[in-house]
Amino acid sequence: MKILTSRHMPVLLGAAVFIIVLAAYLAVHPRGISSFVIQSYANSAAPLALAALAQTFPVLTGGLDLSVGGMVALTNALASELVQGSPVEIAFGVLTVLAAGALCGALNGALIVYGRLQPIIGTLATGAVFSGLALFIRPFPGGDVDTGLAYAMTAILFGVLPVSTLLIAIIASCTWAAISRASLGRGIFAAGSAPQAARLSGLRIERSIIAAYVLSGLLSALAGLYLGFQTLSGDATIGVPYTINSIAAIVIGGLSLRGGAGSPLSAIFGAHALRAISAVLLFTGAPPLAQPLFEGMVLITAVAAASLTLVRDPNRLKAFQ
Amino acid sequence: MTVNAIRLRGVGKSYGPTRALADVSLDIEAGTVHAVLGENGAGKSTLIKILTGVLAPDTGTVDLFGERLDHDGPQSAETLGLATVFQELSLVPHLSVEDNLFLSNPPRSKFGWIDLRRQRAESRHWLDLVGLGDIHPGTHVGQLSLTQKQLLEIAKGLAKKPRILLLDEATASLPGNDVDRLFNIIADARREGLTVIYISHRMTEIERIADRCSVLRNGQLIETFDAHARSHDEICRMLAGREISQVFPPRRPVPADAPIVLDVSGLSAVDKVRNISFALRQGEVLGIGGLEGQGQKELLQTLYGAIRTAAGSVTLDGKPFKPAGPAAAIAGQRPVMLLPEDRKTDGLLLAESIRDNMLLSVTGKLSRYGLRDQVAETACSRAITRKLAIKISSPDAPVSSLSGGNQQKVLLARLLLNEPAVYILMDPTRGIDVGTKQEIYALIRELADRGAAVLFLTTDFEELIGMCDRVLVLYGGAIRRELEGDAINEVNIMEASLNMTRPETARNPADTEIRP
Repeated sequence: MKILTSRHMPVLLGAAVFIIVLAAYLAVHPRGISSFVIQSYANSAAPLALAALAQTFPVLTGGLDLSVGGMVALTNALASELVQGSPVEIAFGVLTVLAAGALCGALNGALIVYGRLQPIIGTLATGAVFSGLALFIRPFPGGDVDTGLAYAMTAILFGVLPVSTLLIAIIASCTWAAISRASLGRGIFAAGSAPQAARLSGLRIERSIIAAYVLSGLLSALAGLYLGFQTLSGDATIGVPYTINSIAAIVIGGLSLRGGAGSPLSAIFGAHALRAISAVLLFTGAPPLAQPLFEGMVLITAVAAASLTLVRDPNRLKAFQ
Repeated sequence: MTVNAIRLRGVGKSYGPTRALADVSLDIEAGTVHAVLGENGAGKSTLIKILTGVLAPDTGTVDLFGERLDHDGPQSAETLGLATVFQELSLVPHLSVEDNLFLSNPPRSKFGWIDLRRQRAESRHWLDLVGLGDIHPGTHVGQLSLTQKQLLEIAKGLAKKPRILLLDEATASLPGNDVDRLFNIIADARREGLTVIYISHRMTEIERIADRCSVLRNGQLIETFDAHARSHDEICRMLAGREISQVFPPRRPVPADAPIVLDVSGLSAVDKVRNISFALRQGEVLGIGGLEGQGQKELLQTLYGAIRTAAGSVTLDGKPFKPAGPAAAIAGQRPVMLLPEDRKTDGLLLAESIRDNMLLSVTGKLSRYGLRDQVAETACSRAITRKLAIKISSPDAPVSSLSGGNQQKVLLARLLLNEPAVYILMDPTRGIDVGTKQEIYALIRELADRGAAVLFLTTDFEELIGMCDRVLVLYGGAIRRELEGDAINEVNIMEASLNMTRPETARNPADTEIRP
């Protein structure tokens, strides 16, 4: 089983980090372990886990999606306008929000593939556009999200299984099954691992790259929607931290930013670990306004740890590539 | 009348002013094994790219089984039944063996999903066939050895069930028994009507397997003949094929008591440089020859400090020389400097001025109190421009505005200004007109005569013969042969480069790679 351990090492490390941090969280939590604590922890981590899943696919292609935050904001604002009223209206609203996310992702993918923009630049620009649209739709926090649906989505089943956790597990397994069973998904890995080889083999990786960004948009929309369920309203500025936090989460979870390999479990472990770290810091008296400081430091530590292999490369010309 | 498997008519391709392929017409009969031979830069890789549909020719047409090939990517040739086993492996390291085998066209179930069970079963079949039966189809390709990757690449080509199989240096990293197995596979498939195009440097293999041979030189098809119709020497001459036409400066014999400047012993680095030892004397031009990719580049980069040494030692003027990087190699009392192979990506800062490019390695010496001394810089760049007869309008113009030859002179100026003890020159005349070439030859000889030691890497046999006092031919990362004096001739260099096994010589260690 040597093969298994070496390939899955990064994810296993991510899982280990998650377990340690979760144990610390439960240990220092002022109210101890209870059904309510589990529920609120799971719900608070859910949007970040979805955003981190969104980030996973562009990163697998060797890219990066800096518009995740913008898409979360835009879909959250849309949800606060549309996800209300009769059941039919609610269903229509949910579908529209998801479609909007997918459309944003398609725009990113098209800019990168056909516009030949570097992913970082392209998504930085579109992210600003999406944030602007969100502010246009919802200049001030407010709006309304259907309470019944929101309660259902943030509930806990049998006192142990939060609906949000179940939801994330289902979404992650579905998307993962799809990309490992479809040629399109295989191309996502190939694009990040060896694009030249993939092209020589006759694979159309352009489509796969677009698919990765569409998936990113769709999952970001789910994150925006879920934020709406939590807050029962919309806020155009709520999405901003999700860009950097989604990247931090996947890195902590053991996904390589070089692309080509990885697992959705990285996103899930990483997001939950990051949320637990924030909570632990809060409980131990760190000022809430200093959160970005700690999140940034966590990200730097995680990325530096992942780059240690470069230091060992005998070719000194590769040091800064 | 039978339809030929491949029919080329007047195929030509140019990259800017260089003609990679000129008016090639060739017919390959179905069910035969056709070998294509040629030196580096003869046009083989261009021909392959055109055949596989990756590259569109400027002129001419390609027909596969009577159908016109449109050159819009590898898919176009694949649909006409041509599969390619690429030299630079077309495997995706992060995917599994089975995913790679069926990368572009996996077996599908009813709904268009990949049928993982069938993929596993079919993978086992193809892996068994090429002798990789003990590899689990789920293994990641990144974990395979080079030999295993090469075999997988072959399996991947066969799995497409092609009518034409193009093998581009497919045996480059295969040990003997695997080559035998491959040849048996090819022989079986040929009996069932497969057409094979076989590109290889190994003459003995071509003799064993080919029905017909074509020789390319300078982008032209020199001759197509039945295998066995020509002797080794004839083929070697056909491959190299010219008289020494360029004027090289006269050589003076290096005195036997000339001090040793660079002494290399048992040097190994990455996995491309294997146990290399030689001594470089003052006033000597030592040629480094061989086919492309035999570790020459890595050897020179290691000497320059760009690649960390794995084993062995180097002395400079008798003192241990182990630079921590290129900056350290340049900074010493007796600098070692390297002229990179690709001047556009590894040498010049294309958008910067000619002056800044020349002075890049010496700016420290021309500054006062940490500020650049404009007057000294101008004087310095003007003097070297005159010395090397570099044609420039203004030293402030971007270096990208110069012709290739003058760009190369700017790079040489950068080296000269530092007065190195050792010049490491990587293909210094690549893509340069004949006139400038001669100037550069004369300059190199002058530097050597004035006491520098020169390592001169080139893939051009003529330059090895005309310029070098001694030649080391590398194969598989090791020195295959050392040639001196009259022994530096085309046949000897070609034989050593191709690692042709003569009865009295032992096999090269690179050929007997240990498989895990």
